[in-house]
Amino acid sequence: MADRHPLFMPLILVGGLIFGFGLGFSHMARPEVVLNFLQFEDFGLVFVMFGAAIVTGIAFAVMPRLRDSAPLTGDRYERRLKPFDKNVLIGGAIFGVGWGLSGICPGAAYASLGVGNVTILWALAGMFVGAYAQGVWRSRTADTAAAAPADD
Amino acid sequence: MVTDLLVLQVAAELFPNGVSRYAVGGLLVGLGAVVIYLGTGIPAGASTFLESTLSYVSDQSRFQQYVPSRDWRVVFTVGIILGATLFAATVQSGVITTSLYEPGTTGQLYEVAGVTLWLTDVQPWRLFLGGILVGIGTRVGKGCTSGHGVCGVGSASKTSIVGVVTFILVAIGTAQLVAALGVSP
Repeated sequence: MADRHPLFMPLILVGGLIFGFGLGFSHMARPEVVLNFLQFEDFGLVFVMFGAAIVTGIAFAVMPRLRDSAPLTGDRYERRLKPFDKNVLIGGAIFGVGWGLSGICPGAAYASLGVGNVTILWALAGMFVGAYAQGVWRSRTADTAAAAPADD
Repeated sequence: MVTDLLVLQVAAELFPNGVSRYAVGGLLVGLGAVVIYLGTGIPAGASTFLESTLSYVSDQSRFQQYVPSRDWRVVFTVGIILGATLFAATVQSGVITTSLYEPGTTGQLYEVAGVTLWLTDVQPWRLFLGGILVGIGTRVGKGCTSGHGVCGVGSASKTSIVGVVTFILVAIGTAQLVAALGVSP
């Protein structure tokens, strides 16, 4: 962490700027537009997620063939693969209820604040409350599981 | 000829605002993620920021595991906010004009110091309650619309595809139910 490449943080910032500009441009930073999509009134939003996924998909497929590791970290180029378990379904369903109720997801919420939507602070406050609640609960469960001798 | 008209009519109904602004915005979102990936090898998601930032104020083991990445995640999020502000100060304010941008009929536009900003009409209780569920769900479910939806789907990860299908279907059901109950906006 201490010996990071000097360009590491600037690059993260530039990536974030493009990412946020794109969320603003696509109107996904507007909860109304997401709700219109979910209510089948405007299907344009599918082009945001799949347009983005196609771009990352090309990079994830091509880069590992061109280079072994990333220049600023030395980390290997890998795809984003996470193990599947029932939490993906449970968490996904809870996320879906929240997204369908509010029309906002984390990245779009940051961008929404950026386009001047101060009301979105309600959603950001809620996200921190939710992330904190599950973190406290799951830290406790994990600590208990680690402390207790496994009898079964 | 007749089929052409029919196709146009169906397209106009499915996509009343066209698809260009959505596709261009999506390509930029993907490009932002790719810039970070090319330099660092990190497939970035937006929601880990919630937990990694909580590690600054809480000793819970769940948050402390993100200490090594918490500083750059703050920078990434600040970048997203500033990038959207850049959009507001240029395209939304009319400094840069493009046929792809329309002010739209959603929410309220207002001006501060010559910059056109935008405010949602969606009620605060929906944002707050929905935000809580999004905060729980994204962390339990291992990702959000950017982690699963953009980087995970881009990785052809089965876990992410299942996650995305789950939250889109549930979100459609929820939004339709809320609308049917007469809650608007």
